[in-house]
Amino acid sequence: MTDVSATGAIRRKPLVMQYPSLLIFLGCLALFTVGVTVLSEGFGIGMISTSFVKTLGKTLCLCLVALAMDLVWGYCGILSLGHMAFFGIGGYAIGMWLMYARTELIVIESLANQALPPTAQEISDGIATQIFGVVGASEFPPIWAVSHSLTLQLLAVILVPGLLALVFGWLAFRSRVTGVYLSILTQAMTLALSLYLFQNDSGLRGNNGLSGLQNLPGLDDVPQSTVSIWFFWASALALGLGYLASVAIVSGKFGSVIRAIRDDEARVRFLGYPVEAYKLFIFTFTAILAGIAGALYYPQAGIINPAEIAPIASIYLAVWVAIGGRGRLYGAVIGAAFVSLLSTWFTGGQAPDVNLGFYTIEWVNWWTVLLGLSFVAVTLFAPKGIGGLFDLLTSKTTPDRHGADLGPDAGALREKEAET
Amino acid sequence: MSTLLEVSGVSVSFDGFKAINNLSFEIGERELRAVIGPNGAGKTTFMDIITGKTKPDEGRVLWGDKSQSLLAMSESKIAQAGVGRKFQRPTVFEDQSVAENLMLALRKSRNPFSVLRFKASAEDETRVEELATEIGLSGALARKAGELSHGQKQWLEIGMLLAQDPKLLLVDEPAAGMTPTEREHTTDLLVEAAKTRAVVVVEHDMEFVRRLDCRVTVLHEGSVLAEGSIDHVTSDAQVIEVYLGR
Repeated sequence: MTDVSATGAIRRKPLVMQYPSLLIFLGCLALFTVGVTVLSEGFGIGMISTSFVKTLGKTLCLCLVALAMDLVWGYCGILSLGHMAFFGIGGYAIGMWLMYARTELIVIESLANQALPPTAQEISDGIATQIFGVVGASEFPPIWAVSHSLTLQLLAVILVPGLLALVFGWLAFRSRVTGVYLSILTQAMTLALSLYLFQNDSGLRGNNGLSGLQNLPGLDDVPQSTVSIWFFWASALALGLGYLASVAIVSGKFGSVIRAIRDDEARVRFLGYPVEAYKLFIFTFTAILAGIAGALYYPQAGIINPAEIAPIASIYLAVWVAIGGRGRLYGAVIGAAFVSLLSTWFTGGQAPDVNLGFYTIEWVNWWTVLLGLSFVAVTLFAPKGIGGLFDLLTSKTTPDRHGADLGPDAGALREKEAET
Repeated sequence: MSTLLEVSGVSVSFDGFKAINNLSFEIGERELRAVIGPNGAGKTTFMDIITGKTKPDEGRVLWGDKSQSLLAMSESKIAQAGVGRKFQRPTVFEDQSVAENLMLALRKSRNPFSVLRFKASAEDETRVEELATEIGLSGALARKAGELSHGQKQWLEIGMLLAQDPKLLLVDEPAAGMTPTEREHTTDLLVEAAKTRAVVVVEHDMEFVRRLDCRVTVLHEGSVLAEGSIDHVTSDAQVIEVYLGR
């Protein structure tokens, strides 16, 4: 009378059968991508403006970094407040190449009228003066050593966040830093990085950041309406692949182990699992995901500066995941898309002001207050977030735990989050 | 019978309080042993030392044929070497199904990269089903562990320990909160388990220990007060004074 499907359901079916939401998600993403392409100016009937295509493309990148946050926090219980730093590093890494390569073309063009052909040194000096003039320097800092190579800078998009997460995570997890202390530590890392980049001699143009990233070197003839769709496609592809990889990780035994670590880390250790290695794997993997998301985001945004790495960005990331519903991958994506698009609407001046007679609520200023209140409300009254609405479709029985968490650890799911 | 675990001259103190004081203990490869003692006798600290959670101030803890020291090993390494532990409060992963809980415990590679590639074989699934039948949860494989009753969670945890297939099983108050029938079932299971491995049962309840019918070690103030058959220790004057007499 054994329920064979119970064990079989966890392991042996193809991924899509185990995780039906995967197919639905990829289907929705594909439909959305086709829809936006058809309505765009570059490839379709022009119903969506190029700047809105960019907004949607950026939103997809934010969904990808939210997915990473959900893996590390929702599944593994590590409340990292530093993942937007990895996102920013990815942006800087690709930004360096974009800026270098485009400036190089401009410099070569301006030197072309000279009687003698310019030497390599002259070109290099010209580029350096162009890029670093704003911070009063005219030489390339060592950090730009490989900025001429797209391949190497693309590698940096993956390697720099990955290695930083690996070293930072190894130090933190090995000392058994958990819970609030780990959150503070990750936030300190973010703050330190942001403050360092604000300095002019950090070699990344201080508070000016990198700009003009929307212009692809050598493709000046291609209109932004086309470029925006290219990046939109790339972002959609990255999100789709990221989702697929995340599902592959969380659906199997590995997912079972990290959820167990989230709820009761000591017990997992007594089962013989090296808990630190698992945490390190997830921390590093999600840092790389965040780096890739950032590398796709900033060419669409056009500019990156150290303020983007400020701790508040990482806190917003946690808020998106909480509002979407942590511990379910589509929840993170929905949360990030919903909140960031709503934020664009409110702060873009499109939301009508509310006149109360004695006071006028201007949403540009009041939106963050509204966001803060909804975060509190979600935490208190709807811990499962927007993703929880999907559970209404599939009614399941709920154990009554009388308010007890699912495990002793700080990151453990609360009773209301676990109701399915 | 060769010795599986040898604890000798171990002491540990917390803020000046000696929780364990020059404790020595030995257990063979296939032996059932009950450890009893009043509250604060150091029973839990004793288990913490063996499992690597607490590092003692002095003494030796040697393991297996090669007399490997457990003191230099991490908790997960000790667990991999074959020490399984059952806590007093049932600790199962409540957000996961009974099948997932058992699959987690199954004796397989614990390395993250092999876990990432892990696909359960038909053999693994059969083993999980066998275990579920053994602990009376075969009908509940797909249910979340959080939905189970207190007694069922205790069973699930015992099932997970069996799945881990440890050489040494440390069990903390297994009968706590169980009905008389469940207790009887637990006794049988522990006696059965001790035929293939070493089992140490830490227990409060004298009646339960008597039913286990095994060698008993009495702890008091962090050291061994008496050791022998249940009749031997219950007639020991010192034991009566510190434990049974109260």
